[in-house]
Parts: sequence; C-alpha cells; structure tokens
Amino acid sequence: MYRLFILLILLIFTASPVPAGMSAPKTLKDLHFGEALYYAFQGDWFDAITRLDTELAQHHGLDEPERDTLYYHINHAEFAVGDFELAYRMHQRAGRAITAVIEGNVEEPVRNEAIFRLARIYFQKDQPANALYAIERISGTVPPNILDDLAFLRAQILMANGRYAEAVRILKDLQDVKSLEGFSTYNLGIALIKDGKELEGRQYLDRVGRINSNDALTMAIKDKSNLVLGSKLLEEKNFEGAKEALDRVRLDGPFSNRALLGSGWADAFQGRFERAMVPWSILAMREVTDASVQEAMLAAPYAYNKLNVYSKAAVMYGSALENFETELDKLDESIKSIREGYFLRALVREELKQDANWVVKLRKLPQTPETYYLLELMASHDFQESLKNYLDLEQLRKKLESWEGDLDAYEDIIEQRRAYYQPLLPVIDREFRRLDSQMRLRLEQRDRIEKRLKNMLVVPRPDYLATSHERIFGGQIGLLEKELANRGTAIPGGTETRINRLKGVLHWNIYTDYDRRFTEAHEHLRDLNHEVDQLKRQYTAFVRTRQAATQSYEGYDDMISRQRFRIREARETVKELMARQGHMLETMAVNELAKRHERLAEFQIKARFAMAESYDRATRIQNQERDDQ
Amino acid sequence: MFCCVRGIFLGISVLVLSVAAYAQEISKEQIKGLDEQVQEIKTDVLGIAAELNQLEEKLLYPSNTQVALFVSLVNGETFRLDSVEIRLDGKPVAHHIYTFKELEAMQNGGVQRIYTGNIQTGGHDLEVSITGKSEGGGDIRETGRFSVNKNVGPKIVEISLAAQSITFKDR
Repeated sequence: MYRLFILLILLIFTASPVPAGMSAPKTLKDLHFGEALYYAFQGDWFDAITRLDTELAQHHGLDEPERDTLYYHINHAEFAVGDFELAYRMHQRAGRAITAVIEGNVEEPVRNEAIFRLARIYFQKDQPANALYAIERISGTVPPNILDDLAFLRAQILMANGRYAEAVRILKDLQDVKSLEGFSTYNLGIALIKDGKELEGRQYLDRVGRINSNDALTMAIKDKSNLVLGSKLLEEKNFEGAKEALDRVRLDGPFSNRALLGSGWADAFQGRFERAMVPWSILAMREVTDASVQEAMLAAPYAYNKLNVYSKAAVMYGSALENFETELDKLDESIKSIREGYFLRALVREELKQDANWVVKLRKLPQTPETYYLLELMASHDFQESLKNYLDLEQLRKKLESWEGDLDAYEDIIEQRRAYYQPLLPVIDREFRRLDSQMRLRLEQRDRIEKRLKNMLVVPRPDYLATSHERIFGGQIGLLEKELANRGTAIPGGTETRINRLKGVLHWNIYTDYDRRFTEAHEHLRDLNHEVDQLKRQYTAFVRTRQAATQSYEGYDDMISRQRFRIREARETVKELMARQGHMLETMAVNELAKRHERLAEFQIKARFAMAESYDRATRIQNQERDDQ
Repeated sequence: MFCCVRGIFLGISVLVLSVAAYAQEISKEQIKGLDEQVQEIKTDVLGIAAELNQLEEKLLYPSNTQVALFVSLVNGETFRLDSVEIRLDGKPVAHHIYTFKELEAMQNGGVQRIYTGNIQTGGHDLEVSITGKSEGGGDIRETGRFSVNKNVGPKIVEISLAAQSITFKDR
C-alpha cells in the first residue's frame, strides 16, 4: 500500500519519470568521495553533504589540487553535492552550488549539464520563468547521457510557461525514447489539449492508456492517463468512452479508487445500475477513510434505489450512516488529538522510522486517533513538504543535542590531558634542552670534520690523520728534542740519528698509510652520518610528540566555546522553527480533517434522507403488494 | 434525490481540487517563507557539523597517529556481506553487521569508513575477517592479513572485499 501511495504522490505532482539517480564513478580514486556516496545511497543526506563539503573545501584549499585524488572526480563531486542538497530539500544552496559550477572555468558539456540541473531545480520549485531563462542558456555540446532528459525538461518548462506548441514539437521527437515511455506521450497529450488540439491530445492519452510495461512508474502514468481521459469523457457525458478508459486503470494501482468510482458513474448515467454495482461493490470493501470509498457508500444504495430494490437500498444507506458516524467520531477524535499536540509527537516516534511502511503503521497503532487520517493528508504536496521539514528539524534537534554532549566530552578529555602533561612537561623540557645542546655540539664537530676531509681532497694533510699513538709519540720526540736542545751541549751523534730515525718512521707511517686512513675516515664519516640521521629522526619525532602533547590540550577553548555558542543559537532557532512548522502541520491537518468532517456530515444528512425515502418506498411497495393480494 | 447524486458527482472534482482548497488557508507565501528558514538553519547546522568534524579529527585523531580503514566491495560483487571484523595488532577494533541499505549502498559503489583510530609510527598487523552468503546460498568466510606501515601523515587503508578474496591498498 505504501509503495502505491508513494507512486500516487509522485504522479499527482509531476508527470516526470524519476531522474536517473546518482552513481559512483567507475573507478573510485577518492575514498572520502566514496564515503559521501555511501551515506547518499542510504538517503542520509546530512552526513553525505557534510563529508563531501569537507572534502571539497580541503581540495579547493590545496596549492596543487591536481595532486589530490578528488581531482579525478571533481566535476562529479560538485554535481553530487548539488544533488545531495536538492535531495535534502536545500534548493537555494543547491542552486548556488550549481551556479558556481556554471560561472567557473569549466568545459562546455559540464557547464551545460550544470545549467540543466539548475533549470530542473527552478522547475521543481515552481519557478517556470527562471527555469526557462536557465534552459535557454544551454548552447553547444551537451553530454549525450542527458540529451533526452534535457529535451523532456525543456518541454515541461515550455508547458509550464504556456508555450504548448513548442513543447509539442519537442515531445513528438521523444516518443521513441524508452526511458521516457509513457511520460513523454502523456505530456504530449496534455500539451496538445492545452494547445487546443483536444482530439489529437486525447489520442495520445489513449495511447498511453494502452501501454504494456513491467515498470511500476510507467504503469502508474498509464493509470493516470486513463483516469484523466476517463474523467474528461465522463464530464462530456461520453459514458461509454469514459468507462472504457476508467476500466483500464489497474485495480491495485494508486488511482484505482477514483477510477472505480468514475466507472460506476459511467454505467449509472447510462442507466446500467446493475453494472455500476460491480465497481462500487469493490470500492465499498476498501479503506473507509478514502473519499472515493465514502462516496461509493452512497452511490451503491442509490443504484439499488434505481433498480427498485428499496429495502436493500435502505439497509445500505443504514450501513453507510453507521460508517459515516464512526468516521465522524474518528475525525472528531483526530482533530481533538491533533489540537492536543499528539499528532506531532506521533510523527517523531523513533521506532516507526525503522519501518519504510511507517505512515501506514501509524494508522494502525491503537490509541492514536491523531494519525488515523495521515495517509490521506500525505496526498498533499504542501503537507508532505512540511512534514519532511518537520522531521528534518527533529533530526537537527537531536544532532545539536548530541553535539553539546560531545563538547562536554571533549572538554573532559582536554582537562585530563592537561592534568597528565602539565606536570611532566617542564622536567622533560629541561632534559631535552640539555640533550639538545650536547647534540648541537656534536653536530658542529661532525661538520668541522666533514669540512676538513673535503679540504684534504684538494690539499692532502696526512698529519690530520695521525693516530693518537702517533700524535703522542710525535709529541714525545718533540719534547726529547727540545730537552736536548735546552741542555746547551752538542747532541750525541747516535742519539740524533736515533731520533731522526724515529721521526722518519713516524713520518713514513703517516704518509704511506694516508690513503688508507683517508678512505677509512670517509667510511667513518658515512657511519657517523647514518647515526646522525637516526639522531635527527629521533629528534624530529620527539619535537613532534612534544608539540602534539601541547596541542592535545591547548588551543581548543575558543573553538569549543564558539561551537557551543553556535549550537545553542541553532537549537533555539530549530526549536522555534519546529514550533512554527508543527503548528502549520497541525493547522493543515485540522483544516483538511474539518473539510472531511463537513463533507461526511453532508453525506450523513443525505444518507439519512435517502434512507427514509427508501424505507418509505419499500413500505409503500410492500403495502401495495399486500393490497394487490 | 438526483440533486444528491449531482452533489456526489461534484465530489469527484472537489476531491481533485482538495489540495488547492486548504492551501488558501495557509498561504503559499507562509509555506515558502518557513521552508526558506528551514533551509537556512540546515545550512547553519551543516556548517557546525563541518567544524565539529575538524575539531574531532584534530582532538581525537591527530594526523601523526591517525589511521582510517575504508571498506568497499569489488565492482560487480553481488554476494551478501553479513559482517566484517577488524583486528589491529591482534586487538579487535571494529565489528560491523550490515543492514540491507548499507549493503546496497556498497554494491552501488559507496565506501564505508569502518574504523578511525590512532596508532604509532611503524609497522602494524591488520587482520580482516568477513562472513556472508554467496548467490547460491553457501556460507562465505574469508580472512585477510596485511601489514600497515604508519608514517608521519594520516594513514588510509582501503579494504576491497570480494566473495573469494580480500585485498588491501595503501592510500
């Protein structure tokens, strides 16, 4: 039932096929975009928009966006965010987002697709002049995948602007497009009728009325076409034609009740009351809150009256009266309950949202008269939109409430971190400063060594590479020479020779081993560089961790208090809007139910008089028969 | 009596026009005005959500320790994924049982962020186990292992699931 109801809603307010939904890129490069799609595919528009907005903002803030993975999907993502906003009924923002694409530096097909989407928003928001202005800006190359949809939208916009002849020309070209099957023909029929070509228009409506398809939406437009055609013919007293069209409406479709009622009348107006009883009897068994069913309750005994079965008619009027009384009581209860605020409370019951059939389930809940007529109320576009807004506001209210709790938790975390880090950090910083100065000293030494080794490549200095033993040994020889010189006497020849030999050995070793030592020194420097690199990594890791420690509890206060303020403000606004939107819903509901009440009360009066008249006639006939006997 | 019938007959058109009828009592302007205000508050709350996300990320998952695991289905996979369990360094960090809507979203190409957490730089063991049903109704149980190497920046790992295999990709 709910699915049929949705179809009905779709078809009452638009004769368009459902637009091709969003799709994921064939090869997904950006996981965050994929995440936004994950939420969007589940109809969770709020999270989808939040995630994609964040991702887009980060992308646009990059110095080199072409290196970002979203770059591969940027046009898709820009359109997707517009689609999400549209689905979340944020038409203004969606319009702005798409306008930004149009005004941006984009290729012609992308620009044209953006204009197409903008025009569709205007059309959906009942702004046909703006839609026409937008769609007329499309020129040049159009993406092939939107060609048919664009032509169809153009025709619909032209129709909305009263330019039927132009719409007819476009729609005639779309007759073979499979994805628009039924819809293009139906619209063509309506456009022709509005253009004054009544006969030709009806032929197209008749053609839609005979389509065979497995597609639920195509079948629904077929039903709608038959209902429109049947109602027109009925008004013109072409009862035979009307019946043929109305009988083509499926018995389980969203328009079946109205078609059954009309089909009965088509027979009744031709005096075929027995045949009229067939659709009316079917109708009388259906949900009593439906207006067509209520009418059938009066129409059926009327037919019996015409068939001179007055007693049966009187009994049926009696039954109708009982039903009307019950329904009037229910309407009274519903109105009272709505006025007492139960309606809004029922609408936001969380457990119901788990069930796609929740609108129907609400009706069946015991002790909830406030929602008994909800299904009927949902037939109105304004009511539906207001209800969606109310439910969205309720979702926002819950989010804001939960975020305030999150902020409390964040503050707790920050306080705990502060309590942990603050006593530790001064000691750590002191130790770090000591190690830091040591490290700097060693690094300077290393730099000096490197510089010296580089110079030695140009000017070899073997003495720089003498070992410590050699240095000590050389020093001792120098001291010995100095001591001997200080004695003021001639140095014994043997001693001088020995000193010179030792100096020679030392010199020999240092100079002949220089190349090996030089290579070894470079190897040591390389090893040192490795150690220094590791040291620097550790140093950087420490600095980062040290910074992270501070950042884990500092610098949040302003942000949190700003968020708290914004949340508080938003909660106030949501509360006020919910009250206003709720009041509007209640008013709409009460107004509609009051009208129903008024109408049923009229039916009740008529049924009462008709029942009395039927009883009179039945009694007269009985008396006459008795007299005749 | 016939006037009663005519009255009923007129009811058909009354029904058709009933939508327009009560719109007169609550004007289109009122509905539109309120709708625009609802759109505005949605924009404000979306803005708050974006800032809170940034705050949450900065506070709870700083980039030097952040790791995020994403789960996707391989293109064209139609097996029924029932659950995914994830262990990081031997500890269970995520366990998700899929609803029909979630599964459908993934089959359409959506990607689920199944876990966001913090790990230190260096190597970590990642183990992913899935359960599900094949198209033929047979049970599917798969486990895949992967080594995550965490550097200074945020670590992102994509886990692609198919009926026969689990593949990992560093991002």
